[in-house]
Amino acid sequence: MRTSFGERLLDLAVNGFLWGFRILIVVIVVLGTFLTIRAGKYTSEQWIDFVVFGISQGSIYALIALGYTMVYGILRMINFAHGEIFMSGAFGGYFIATWLTGIGFMDKYPVFGLIISMMFGMLVSTLIALLVERIAYRPLRGAPRLVPLISAIGASFFLQYTFRGFFGPGVYAYPSMKALDGEWIFFGIGILKVQIVVTIAAVVMMSILYSIVMFTKIGKAMRAVSENKDVAALMGIDVNRIIVTTFALGAAMAGAAGVLYALTYRQVNFFTGFTPGIKAFTAAVLGGIGNIPGAMVGGLVLGIVESVGPALFLDSIGIPRPYQLKDAIAYIMLVMILLFRPSGILGERVSKKA
Amino acid sequence: MMIKKENLIWIAIKTGLLSGVIAIFLCLIGMIEVFSKRDVIEHIITLGDFILLVSAVSAGIIAARAASNPDQEKQPLKNYLAGALAGLTTGILIIAFIGLSQTINLRSVFLSASPSLFKLLTFKGGTSWIWIYPSIGLASGLLGTTLFLLPEKFRQPITRAIFITFLMALFSGLFRVIMINRAGSIAKLAKYLFGQTGLTLSGATIFFVAIIAISMFWTARSKNLQEGFSRIPKAGQTSLRVALYVLLAYVVIMLPQVSGPFIAQVVVIVSLYALMGLGLNITLGFAGLLDLGFVAFFAVGAYTVGLLTSYGIFGLQHIPFWVAVPIAVLVAMMFGAFLGLPVLGVRGDYLAIATLGFGEIVRLLAGSDFLAPFFGGPQGIIGIQKPCLGTLGEFLKVDVPRICNGIEFGGPKEIYYLAVASAILVAFIALRLQKSRLGRAWMAIREDEDVAEALGINLIQTKLLAYMLGAAFAGLGGAIFTVLVGSIFATSMQLIVSINVVALIIVGGMGSIPGVIVGAIALIGMPELLREVSEYRFLFYGAALIMMMLAKPEGLWPSQATLRELHHEDPGEDLDVASSQAKA
Repeated sequence: MRTSFGERLLDLAVNGFLWGFRILIVVIVVLGTFLTIRAGKYTSEQWIDFVVFGISQGSIYALIALGYTMVYGILRMINFAHGEIFMSGAFGGYFIATWLTGIGFMDKYPVFGLIISMMFGMLVSTLIALLVERIAYRPLRGAPRLVPLISAIGASFFLQYTFRGFFGPGVYAYPSMKALDGEWIFFGIGILKVQIVVTIAAVVMMSILYSIVMFTKIGKAMRAVSENKDVAALMGIDVNRIIVTTFALGAAMAGAAGVLYALTYRQVNFFTGFTPGIKAFTAAVLGGIGNIPGAMVGGLVLGIVESVGPALFLDSIGIPRPYQLKDAIAYIMLVMILLFRPSGILGERVSKKA
Repeated sequence: MMIKKENLIWIAIKTGLLSGVIAIFLCLIGMIEVFSKRDVIEHIITLGDFILLVSAVSAGIIAARAASNPDQEKQPLKNYLAGALAGLTTGILIIAFIGLSQTINLRSVFLSASPSLFKLLTFKGGTSWIWIYPSIGLASGLLGTTLFLLPEKFRQPITRAIFITFLMALFSGLFRVIMINRAGSIAKLAKYLFGQTGLTLSGATIFFVAIIAISMFWTARSKNLQEGFSRIPKAGQTSLRVALYVLLAYVVIMLPQVSGPFIAQVVVIVSLYALMGLGLNITLGFAGLLDLGFVAFFAVGAYTVGLLTSYGIFGLQHIPFWVAVPIAVLVAMMFGAFLGLPVLGVRGDYLAIATLGFGEIVRLLAGSDFLAPFFGGPQGIIGIQKPCLGTLGEFLKVDVPRICNGIEFGGPKEIYYLAVASAILVAFIALRLQKSRLGRAWMAIREDEDVAEALGINLIQTKLLAYMLGAAFAGLGGAIFTVLVGSIFATSMQLIVSINVVALIIVGGMGSIPGVIVGAIALIGMPELLREVSEYRFLFYGAALIMMMLAKPEGLWPSQATLRELHHEDPGEDLDVASSQAKA
């Protein structure tokens, strides 16, 4: 094929630019890490704190990311409203937890209290997800890809401002649980109880989901539908029901994540869902969207990088208050992954497949 | 096809339940209470009542439509039954809601379920509401059915009249202020037609009747008028058009003088959003690339102008606005290329998320302490020199504005001209681009990238141009916005700006230039003018995006190409048309 000189020059410029971008990021990461470790500004205990916080945060991201990944696996659609479904779970958990604390149940049986508030959060978010699916997504199946995406953006804003209307713009303080105050000591290192509980709860939820997908009949059907909808329908699978189940499962995970998130940060607001939603999407892409173990790995990686990154990469290269750029690191990771390895770490489905 | 009786009853009840749930939803998000502070017709009906009524009436219409069967002859009784049942159900559901609120405390969860809401809903206490709701529901259900059963000739003028009277009522404050500023009889007329927050009863009646009359006259005569116009010789037609444009130009030029700074400011904001919408329309509407980080280019334009012209401590140069704007546009374009180059290999929905990431990165960096020495961080850049038509005085010292010898574009009334002129210029450029070779290449890419490439279109080059031009327009918008506000803060570069622009394009019609302008007026102008509505604007945006995608994906004012496309996509429809033609 004959290409003009100008076009070749442009291609060269594009490639050069992309490589420059990659090299820049690698240089920042390597140089920053080297300088930070040499400077020894942080103690090893601080590093462990960062990592533990990253793991508990990352397991929440992983829980949310499961919803993105499962829906994408089946419908090839980014459920932009998933962050708001997560937020609705947090609100559900908040109200039930406040009530349980008020009647003294929470202090007496903290484990049951936690389980009940998680269950209720899951219930609320599942109901809302089913409504959204029925109203905003189902009629648009088979439309060009931009159409459901825009509808999802609309659903996201609608939910956000519905919650603002219901509960006002203020921040709700999540009730504190006495049982979760303080630290547990492992090998001489104190770790916040909340972080351990959150991590354990998230891992339990993920194992439940994983066993549903891998070992039950409905999970098998879900995998079949995500492979090929038409063939699955020919095998006698009710595709519609599977899609609804997928939404419900993803939303339940997001609802649980919402309660855990509220437990960590002690606050709920109508805007809570947005940033974790985008980050969880990053996690899903990181692990390879459509890939369930990928979402879990991606969530953990993102959580740890985001937590360790500002101190490790940025602090020593002369950036004041690197923690302000914590979110920026997550977004840069998102862009990098989309650019250079859209199939993700454990990659399965390539984004270029239309 | 027969509709069974039970089925019909169930459909009617379902419709009523749905509209009742919507009414309760509106109560719970606090909309009814906020809207009830505003009258549609003074002392008679508030906006809140009106919305509740509309929900019951539309339940009646929908149920009546479900009850009618095109294959059979008309059975008005059946329609009325369905409509009445639907309206009644709505009323009963609202009663149940009020009753529930009397027994349990909804306020512990829902902030808006306040005593004042229920005082409003129960007509200041008492039990009369138990009877009022079902009867109003029943009546509005019947009203809806009647509206549905009316022949087209009457129904259209009436719905039109209700809608326009409602709009007049919404904007009555605006008209009143403008008219009362004039002397004598106009002010008196204003007081006669418009009350403090809505129309007066006589005003509403006058508008309603007048619009019905005009509308019926128009439907009867519009054909004659059009024919009359085409009978005028060509030269005459042109001069008539020119006269129309001159009149329009006169109105546009005189508007800020008549209306005062508030309306001028609203027009500026609408024009700026229209400008950005036209920019994004190139990337999204023409080339089909969804960019959710559009605000980044807006920010680049704003910061460039700010840094170049500010007399505050962050001002780098002290050049006039007129020199800074082209630089800002160029910088925004370069930034577009800079962001565009890496992401253009990414397709479809991934692109949306990647650009969203970019937009957030720009905002976070601009507001961080890291770049604070350059961009002011959270404190922002203040003290931006207003544009000056004439010679600008010397820069004396920091925080002292330079003196303008000439016309200073100080307030919204002057910046109005700047913004409207830029919007018109940009609309003209966009119009020319659409028809150009480049524009056709963009549309080819939007339809099918692989085919476009096979036809010899250089994908990267063409997409990059779409990106850069869109960015340039957004940069211009940012530049004008900066001088309007006089300062820049990173916190004003939120994702919501990008979403606003996307929403107005979608509502107006993707790829349609008049559509963008209609969208900007509807989505940006209306909420700016109506304080009560503005509280719920994002809720409304969300609902509008979903409803547009469900019902009218081509937008309010679609481009011809989109229309053709949408009506060719469904082969079944073509067959229907063909068969109906064959029958005829």
